Amino acid sequence: MLIKGRTWRFGNDVDTDAIIPARYLNTSDPVELAKHVMEDADREFSNKVKPGDILVAGKNFGCGSSREHAPIAIKAAGIQAVIAKSFARIFYRNAFNIGLPIFESSEASEKIREGDEIEVDADRGTIRNRTTAETYKANPIPDFMQELIAAGGLVEWTRRKLITHNT
Amino acid sequence: MTITEKILAAHCGRKKLVPGELINAKADLVLANDITAPIAISEFKKLGAKDVFDRSRIALIPDHFAPQKDIKAAEQCRMLRDFSREYNLDLYFEVGRMGIEHALLPEQGLVGPGDVVIGADSHTCTYGALGAFSTGVGSTDVAAAMATGECWFKVPDSMKFIYYGKLNKWVGGKDLILHTIGDIGVDGALYMAMEFEGETIRNLPMHGRLTMCNMAIEAGGKSGIIVPDKITRRYMKNRAKRPYTFYKSDQKARYASVHEYDCAKILPTVACPHLPSNTRPAEELFEVAIDQVVVGSCTNGRLEDLIEAAMVIKGRKVNSNVRMIVIPATQEIYRQAMKKGLLEIFVAAEAVVSTPTCGPCLGGYMGILAEGERAIATTNRNFVGRMGHPGSEVYLSNPAVAAASAVLGRIGTPEELGL
Repeated sequence: MLIKGRTWRFGNDVDTDAIIPARYLNTSDPVELAKHVMEDADREFSNKVKPGDILVAGKNFGCGSSREHAPIAIKAAGIQAVIAKSFARIFYRNAFNIGLPIFESSEASEKIREGDEIEVDADRGTIRNRTTAETYKANPIPDFMQELIAAGGLVEWTRRKLITHNT
Repeated sequence: MTITEKILAAHCGRKKLVPGELINAKADLVLANDITAPIAISEFKKLGAKDVFDRSRIALIPDHFAPQKDIKAAEQCRMLRDFSREYNLDLYFEVGRMGIEHALLPEQGLVGPGDVVIGADSHTCTYGALGAFSTGVGSTDVAAAMATGECWFKVPDSMKFIYYGKLNKWVGGKDLILHTIGDIGVDGALYMAMEFEGETIRNLPMHGRLTMCNMAIEAGGKSGIIVPDKITRRYMKNRAKRPYTFYKSDQKARYASVHEYDCAKILPTVACPHLPSNTRPAEELFEVAIDQVVVGSCTNGRLEDLIEAAMVIKGRKVNSNVRMIVIPATQEIYRQAMKKGLLEIFVAAEAVVSTPTCGPCLGGYMGILAEGERAIATTNRNFVGRMGHPGSEVYLSNPAVAAASAVLGRIGTPEELGL
């Protein structure tokens, strides 16, 4: 899987209230949620972001609530992937469960600047910065998570398991 | 092995587990609320499952925006009710029987020592106080678990937190956990099980333990846990709806790190905007004027928390520049508070008392902040916009400090009122 796109930068400890404020959680419609993505971190973000863009953040991205609305809002806004130094654990599992590609890379998190054009090679675990011609290494994705990605997320993975059980 | 490793091993049919292993573990209880269950329900429908794994082990609790705050919230709550009826679930709690999930389930004895509990709510880590492994997951995890009764986990490393010494006056579980988060940071326990122990914990009442484990997530923790003891046994007595098992960590169990705290040095602690780790002693914040006080939430909305706030506010008035909102966390707590005269104390002090709801804690309703307004709350998060406008501020404290601040009109301590 090759993901190419323009980047938006965010800092450390971006919490789920910043990604999608709770005042919008009286719905779980992805289109509605996408209208408010990252609103409390950058009020204009949903107007600026374009389908295919990539988020780059510091440490502990997605900390706070368990709301799956956070990765859903990001995905529904057309954002292809999130790169961070580290992810909060519920956000991490939610992203894999719903099929939002995320990558941990200290190097990429430190060096990528807003607006850089980058290319993520998910199979090799490398991130190439086409603007600066640098290449960064991403942490390997655990086997089980790769299995989830290959299945198309946890629902499909579980559905197949249930069929195997019942036959 | 640690208590966490033992509980997880017992739930995946293994004798031994080491941190880092990926396992599928059986869940004793699966939980979701009116924000997270709607997604779980729609994902569950995609699974093609004939039935839920066990209708007595799925709890759906409308607490965040319930009593239903608007039409959209009402539609979400209705999804929980319809699904509960369709699958004949035992553990659906309608308004009037409902409470904030993490106060309600322990109170009703629906979670217990040795359990594995997953919930689509980050504060599911609360039940570690009973000696359970419990952790927050996403809605899709809950969808899968409602069908299979299982959930995937990476076995976490454990960090040990040892507390010793006598607690200072007006210091409780909230101050210990805020102090700890202030020490290690909001990702200081990322992916880790936080095991709390030491003589102070052994003497800490259950409500304080629940508050501590509740906020493990605020340090990035996967879970918080306390080895069960006689306080746990007393709490479970006449309450437990299922048999339970006490596990304890081996003497030789391995920990990623050990942290020790001398409680004599811990003062009433406040987390300043906009991170729970941004902690300072309450007494240093006397120049911070406030507009609102909230006493409630899954962190500090239990009866003992209300008693603590009432002890401070009794016979006094809420400052004329302040609104104070008290939210008993469950219907039973509300009833007890009524019987004990606590509601009378709050209302006489010109505070308002709400029916159980998460409400303002997450900026839902029932006490939202305008731009530039500032609150001190016994809740768990003070992120930007958490309780309302992105330009508002939340300070986190224990119930006594919150109540004292309500009287003073600024952040302050009960000592300043001569208590």
